[in-house]
Amino acid sequence: MSAIDNVAPEAPAIEAVPKRAMTIGTGTSLVVLALLFLVPVFAKNFIIFQMTMLLIYALAVLALNILTGGSGQFSLGQSAFYAIGAYTSAILMEQYNVNYALTLPVAGVICFGAGFLFGQPALRLSGVYLALATFALATAMPQLLKLNFFEKWTGGVQGLVVTKPDAPFGLHISQDTWLYYFTLTVGVAIYIFSVNLLRSRSGRAFMAIRDNEIAASAMGIDVALYKTLAFGVSAGITGVAGGLGAIAVQFVAPDSYTITLAISLFLGMVVGGVGWLPGSIVGAAFIIFVPNIAESVSKGLSGAVFGVLLFLIIFLVPHGARQVAVVCQQALGRLRKL
Amino acid sequence: MRFASLLRGAALAAALLGADPDRAVAQAAYEPGASATEIRIGNIMPYSGPASAYGVIGKTEAAYFRKVNAEGGINGRKITFISYDDAYSPPKALEQARRLVESDEVLLIFNPLGTPSNTALQKYLNDSKVPQLFVASGASRWNNPKAFPWTMGWQPSYQSEAHVYAHYLLTEKPDAKIAVLYQNDDFGKDYLKGLKDGLGAKTSMIVAEDSYESAEPAIDDHISRLKATGANVFISIATPKFAAQAIKRLAEMDWKPLQFVANVSASVGAVMMPAGFENAQGVLSTAYAKDGSDPQWDDDPGMKKFVAFLRDYAPDGNRLDGATAYGYGVAQTLVEVLTRCGDNLTRDNVMKQAQSLKDFAPDTLLPGIRINTSPTDFAPIKQLQMMRFKGRTWERFGDIMTGDLGN
Repeated sequence: MSAIDNVAPEAPAIEAVPKRAMTIGTGTSLVVLALLFLVPVFAKNFIIFQMTMLLIYALAVLALNILTGGSGQFSLGQSAFYAIGAYTSAILMEQYNVNYALTLPVAGVICFGAGFLFGQPALRLSGVYLALATFALATAMPQLLKLNFFEKWTGGVQGLVVTKPDAPFGLHISQDTWLYYFTLTVGVAIYIFSVNLLRSRSGRAFMAIRDNEIAASAMGIDVALYKTLAFGVSAGITGVAGGLGAIAVQFVAPDSYTITLAISLFLGMVVGGVGWLPGSIVGAAFIIFVPNIAESVSKGLSGAVFGVLLFLIIFLVPHGARQVAVVCQQALGRLRKL
Repeated sequence: MRFASLLRGAALAAALLGADPDRAVAQAAYEPGASATEIRIGNIMPYSGPASAYGVIGKTEAAYFRKVNAEGGINGRKITFISYDDAYSPPKALEQARRLVESDEVLLIFNPLGTPSNTALQKYLNDSKVPQLFVASGASRWNNPKAFPWTMGWQPSYQSEAHVYAHYLLTEKPDAKIAVLYQNDDFGKDYLKGLKDGLGAKTSMIVAEDSYESAEPAIDDHISRLKATGANVFISIATPKFAAQAIKRLAEMDWKPLQFVANVSASVGAVMMPAGFENAQGVLSTAYAKDGSDPQWDDDPGMKKFVAFLRDYAPDGNRLDGATAYGYGVAQTLVEVLTRCGDNLTRDNVMKQAQSLKDFAPDTLLPGIRINTSPTDFAPIKQLQMMRFKGRTWERFGDIMTGDLGN
């Protein structure tokens, strides 16, 4: 079982530039964006906060989607990059008084470096072995953050408390609303970047490697370079998401970034549809809201209820939100023909 | 504009006239979460995830509030207890706290569990002026009324407990060479700091310190290393599983220092019995609550009430589990605070009543230990008593001590 099988069969590999396979139409995108833009007008602060977290997790899921859906490499270690990004932002903001917006590019660059370096040894591994190696990274990260050696920066086990930024330019909106729009802007920018990346020469190289590594190298693609590059880009975006997460939650601690987070992101990707970027937001909604739904069904058995819901989704729509979208699109197309 | 200012003036005058002190007392005052018939209380517990064993506390509290409601509620108001799962994850805890405050509109957040989760909540709850009452963690940071006037702890802090041991060693065993084994997390580090502060100038009495990770399967290596230093006092700052392992291992290695176990691991049922009673003789610890697995409390009136409560309202609650007695005691403290609030159920008044508790004694605390708070003292339980393990039970000795070395 690999990511290759999961990439929906509706998109034949023969198509030279599978533009539509990765994204949705411009019209639909604009409608979704407009809806997201209007959320704070109607919602309470709590919902706005939840939506901010949704966008942040969507970014992290998107990053994993580029890696797995794009270049066909597995990772259960995204929580480690998320943690590095979060800590980078928190430390810069609290210890060095850097503006929160400026910490995000730094977090992205540092995580890109970390991902690129991790990609080097990971090159020798593939499939489940790569998943295991990244799994080790995720389990090691909380302990590394607790090390005495780093304590004067990381705050050790106690973590760091981060100050939430006010809206700039004298805007009269709440901190939550401002942060939501800030996250939305960063998210849209990264989404456009990702879509264009996958449509570019590099993106085609990623997908060629995903579909057949030997054929790709025969075509002259530097497999090692593009594999590590995919790791780097994915880690960099995850790092930005982590930095945003630290600002939204106002607190970083080793216990926030355990393997559970990595598995949640992985779940989000599968539910959203592997290799389908817009699915990231659906996947993020799943990992934020479904545990709450499961808890409201039964407190003692919340884990079991969550499991049943997850099982149903995988059983009924194995390609996740993407499959639902394709079915809807076909239905719409049939309606038009009538 | 003039009309508007006129109106404002009239409103101000009316407000001034209405500010008759007698009438203010007679009128009931409510803030979100409280009404003439209901008090809504929020709570966050790790029902799932690595610390799910503590979920028992939330279940016991829910059962206790059922009992209160069955007996007529608090000043005629029923308690609605809304408890959410945070899986011991700080971001999830913040999300749940915001849900409780902004969506469920609770009056206060009661007894949320865990140092990392509570650190994540502290700033938000203090900014929005919602009580974070009786935090379920022994970190010392909950007692900081100046910086965090809306946060209050409940149990004795790890640091004050460590002070008690330091005090004992300084007076009873001045030649001590101390070896410390601690868990590498907030609990272990806070405790170690308390021990060092307590020893003051004599910190050099600690000849060895070694930490273990809670993920390690066994701690034999650590103990061999500590034994090799020739220490004659062994302090184990460990959670129950490891504390039991340590006591057993010391006996196997024939190392017989003066042993201390942290209060979190003083349970007869969960630590002493699995470690072997013969190995645990003479071990020292402290306590502030009665141990449900200790037969000496079988005839105690407070414990009888507790056992009756379990029978009637929480039949699946285990009296041997310290977390059950904990949940009962802390819920009782909250009911005391809310009862004292009377008809003035504002968040401000809740904090005011919580910081003016005088000699309150929940059923499950040791005889002589009282809850006292003041506007400058947000640590409800400060007293502890030393105890020594003898036969199959703990024998308390010495006076009730407070954590500060000055006392």
